Amino acid sequence: MIAESFTPWLGLAGGALIGLAAAGLMLANGRVAGVSGILGRSLAPTRGELAWRLAFLAGLPLGATLAKALFGDLNGFAITGRAPLLVAGGLLVGFGTSLGNGCTSGHGVCGLARGSKRSLAATLAFMAAGFATVFVARHVLGGG
Amino acid sequence: MRELAAGLAGLVFGAGLLVSGMTNPDKVLGFLDLAGGWDPTLAFVMGGALGVNALAWAFMRRRGRPLLAAEFALPAASAIDAPLLAGSALFGVGWGLVGLCPGPALAGLLRGDAAIYLFVVALLAGTWLAQRRPYPLPAGVPSKR
Repeated sequence: MIAESFTPWLGLAGGALIGLAAAGLMLANGRVAGVSGILGRSLAPTRGELAWRLAFLAGLPLGATLAKALFGDLNGFAITGRAPLLVAGGLLVGFGTSLGNGCTSGHGVCGLARGSKRSLAATLAFMAAGFATVFVARHVLGGG
Repeated sequence: MRELAAGLAGLVFGAGLLVSGMTNPDKVLGFLDLAGGWDPTLAFVMGGALGVNALAWAFMRRRGRPLLAAEFALPAASAIDAPLLAGSALFGVGWGLVGLCPGPALAGLLRGDAAIYLFVVALLAGTWLAQRRPYPLPAGVPSKR
């Protein structure tokens, strides 16, 4: 059963923009556009490497806001309001991506594009864990 | 120059996240919910991003070096080890609980939504904790420097 919210063309177009941005950062600066890595290394900065990282990170909300102003809030926005869930989720995402050395962008978009087996293993692991978590939350516990 | 390039890359990345729908946690959870009304959009986002980036990488690696730096800084680690798999699995659980990964979380910071703020504070705390863990680091894992 496919959800009515399925938006393949917007997905492809947005994905292409993400790929373009990652390719641009690699072509210009020779750096991987992994958001968790750039964020983590900004918390423990190396000399001469902080400014570009902060510039990249600042671009994320600015770019999203700009796109929203230009095209509208194309896909809506809905997030859980349950604080314990948000705190646990944030802690796990921060701790896990730091330990696993990457997230959806670093491993999923950049690593896979270079044919990295390490990134493939990481991507399979977080995808599997994500599918399992949602299954348990929505269909076993019935929370969601 | 490098700051400008990075800022521009972040801007386009953030725009891509919004256009693709990945800034909406509910939509991401719709992808992760195989047993519900499945929304396959995220697979198309990954496909679009991977297609463009892989094509660009094939061109860039022949070029040999980036425009504004001495070399392509690629991750040195290649081992598929326990920290990689455990860390990625923990990340996946957190991703599945809320529907946010680091990029979309930061991209949502100007929405003025308290839930995003709370998530990002916890995200920073989790990152900080991982960087300060007391056990030895495998090669390639970012540590405090």
